[in-house]
Amino acid sequence: MLALVSRRLTGLLVTLLIVSLLIFAVMDLLPGDPASIMLGTSASPETLAALRHDLGLDQPLILRYGRWLAGVLMGNLGQSYTYGVPVAGLVVERLAVTLPLALLAIALSMLIAIPLGVLAASRRGGVADVVASVFSQIGIAVPAFWMALLLIVLFSTTLGLMPAGGFPGWSNGFWPALRALLMPAVALALPQAAVLTRVTRSAVLETLHEDFTRTALAKGLSARKVLWRHSVPNALVPIFTILGLQFTFLVAGAVLVENVFNLPGLGRLAYQALSQRDIVVMQDVILFFAALVIIMNFLVDLSYLAIDPRLRKEL
Amino acid sequence: MVKVSCARPARLVRHISLATAFGLATAFLGLTPAEAAKTTLSLGMTVEPTGLDPTIAAPVAIGQVTWQNVFEGLVRIDESGKVQPQLAKSWQISPDGLTYTFKLQTGVSFHDGEAFDSAAAKFALDRARGADSVNPQKRFFASIASIDTPDPETLILHLSEPTGSLLYWLGWPASVMVAPNSAADDKTKPVGTGPFKFVNWAKGDKVEFEKNATYWNKAVSPKLDKVTFRFIADPQAQAAALKSGDVDAIPEFGAPELMSSFTDDAKLVTKIGNTELKVVAGMNNAAKPFSDKRVRQALMMAIDRKTVVDGAWSGLGTPIGSHYTPNDPGYIDLTDKLPYDPEKAKALLAEAGYPDGFTFTIKSPQMAYAPRSAQVMQAMLAEIGVTMNIEPTEFPAKWVQDVMKDRNYEMTIVAHAEPMDIDIYARDPYYFNYKNPAFNALMKKVQETTDPAAQAKIYGEAQTILAEDVPALYLFVMPKLGVWDRKLKGLWENEPIPSNVLSGVSWEE
Repeated sequence: MLALVSRRLTGLLVTLLIVSLLIFAVMDLLPGDPASIMLGTSASPETLAALRHDLGLDQPLILRYGRWLAGVLMGNLGQSYTYGVPVAGLVVERLAVTLPLALLAIALSMLIAIPLGVLAASRRGGVADVVASVFSQIGIAVPAFWMALLLIVLFSTTLGLMPAGGFPGWSNGFWPALRALLMPAVALALPQAAVLTRVTRSAVLETLHEDFTRTALAKGLSARKVLWRHSVPNALVPIFTILGLQFTFLVAGAVLVENVFNLPGLGRLAYQALSQRDIVVMQDVILFFAALVIIMNFLVDLSYLAIDPRLRKEL
Repeated sequence: MVKVSCARPARLVRHISLATAFGLATAFLGLTPAEAAKTTLSLGMTVEPTGLDPTIAAPVAIGQVTWQNVFEGLVRIDESGKVQPQLAKSWQISPDGLTYTFKLQTGVSFHDGEAFDSAAAKFALDRARGADSVNPQKRFFASIASIDTPDPETLILHLSEPTGSLLYWLGWPASVMVAPNSAADDKTKPVGTGPFKFVNWAKGDKVEFEKNATYWNKAVSPKLDKVTFRFIADPQAQAAALKSGDVDAIPEFGAPELMSSFTDDAKLVTKIGNTELKVVAGMNNAAKPFSDKRVRQALMMAIDRKTVVDGAWSGLGTPIGSHYTPNDPGYIDLTDKLPYDPEKAKALLAEAGYPDGFTFTIKSPQMAYAPRSAQVMQAMLAEIGVTMNIEPTEFPAKWVQDVMKDRNYEMTIVAHAEPMDIDIYARDPYYFNYKNPAFNALMKKVQETTDPAAQAKIYGEAQTILAEDVPALYLFVMPKLGVWDRKLKGLWENEPIPSNVLSGVSWEE
């Protein structure tokens, strides 16, 4: 068990190192020079050279990579070219928006999808199953940013119940901040919930055909108990796999949804940094996203071991 | 198939939905949008500035937040585009145009208490023109040979050659006065002499200012105590923020097609003014077939500017015939120089040796006006047998690289934001690759005179040359699409320089 975890951890670190190299190489290949973007169309070649020197852009590629990597390892993410402040602070500020948003969206999608999926499976062909099927079809078809626009039109512009966007910050109280995240979280959660409902339904259905279900029923356990004690726990592995995968899509979807709701999140930071060629910010944020996804997968793998004792023996 | 009863999960779903509904209801209660007090303003902008010091980076959003609000210049540019005194109360220009003697205001201090005097002014100008300066408009200061400060109230600039635009340039955001002690941190904590003090910048979200209680200029008394610039990129989100009262004003609304949605809103008012943004389709004058003037003229005559404005910008915008806007001194309407005439255009093309037209590629940035204009132009050029391929080109990064730096393009389209930048056609190198000694001579002449009337006349001649030569297809001036609360007074309706001057803004009772 311990050997397994440490082997996985080593793999994780090697992956991150390769990813960091790739990020650096790709950033260097991108057309566009940060200095000329900052100085605009009137700058003279001498002014450009002065700024490139200030930013360290005139140094060789390998040296810049080494500096960056060493900095990251020592917890120094460098300075944003355009904002002129340490990237670490920027990322932390933005995480205070994106992380709660992502967690809220995951929680919401689980709250909707798992009961609905279980219900649909246990009453296959019934009303609940039809409802679940229609819901998941619509949810998969409608993209998150479109859902976001519909929510704004309904709840902000027409009903005036919710703020149309923006983020008051956690320092202005828990409720106003949570309220600002609610609609974006719903917009992100619905498409996720649609997929998760389908997965839950088919995973639970599968367990209902298993021998242990028949045995449990034969032992005289009530159908309800069989469903919640035996079927649902056995369906958790595929559900967790999908949740782990969805996390990646959630981060990508957040870029669009943060834009529509004007939330100062990590996704918007990444988008802005790309258009400004704020290379340091780009490198750090992409590395962070990559790390998040890799760590998430690692945690999902670990969760299998916790859910299913059989897997512990196999490995 | 095992049939399972589901009373419990059904109840669970019911409980969850009840709890969710209750939670939502609680969230709505007691959290109605804050009433805007009479002395605060929340102003929405499309683009967040990158840094807050306009003297070290070019993006116009920097000046739109800080110019005239936090930072002031020796002179300023007023709403009609004219130069007015500011930190310099008066000046004298020697007859040969080589010596400028400024008398400075007294009793002025920066927000951190540091005094503004001739030494501070010399520091700011030396920083802008120095060897390691990264000022985006460093060329403005190129003719300054030396600076004298005989006393704290007097600043003397000695020039190496006459520079008729110097006073105008000194009114720009890139020329504002910064202080020796605070200049290094202005990028994140701007310290100026203006009517508002910097308070906080929540990056990605907003910048906050408060009134400067010890503002030197008693002739101006700002009515606002607190100002928040909020950055909202998405036009739909901008519209929602305006309608729900989250912001009081968006001086430059992002989408013309949504403007009509505000007209029946009793709370809001829309104002359509002119900006300095000239939408032009620049051509590579060094590349065939654009090196032939007749081809450029034919393309210009194939395009109905009115249709471009209608198709690209919902009919809001002013057609232009040269690289100049109605805001600027000496403007002449030259749209009749090469008016829409496809038949004549075809004849000219045939004369130039392209009776069957030709095919070329336009590099179009992603800003909404560019692809839309390009598509309308594509249809009109097809009428005269010319095939235009549209290649999306990411702005600013790839566009700056391909067009500005490498000049590797045939045609492009972009809105030129800098006020009075007709002199770009005299710059060498510049992306048009346009070379005309007569035009260059005019640009030199305009710097040799300091008389505004004489300058206006020269600018007129320069406009005419461009309208005839068409190094770029002149399309339209972008409108300033202002949307704000009916009770808000004093925001600029036109934009002779990109800015949001707030010293004269107030709420009506």
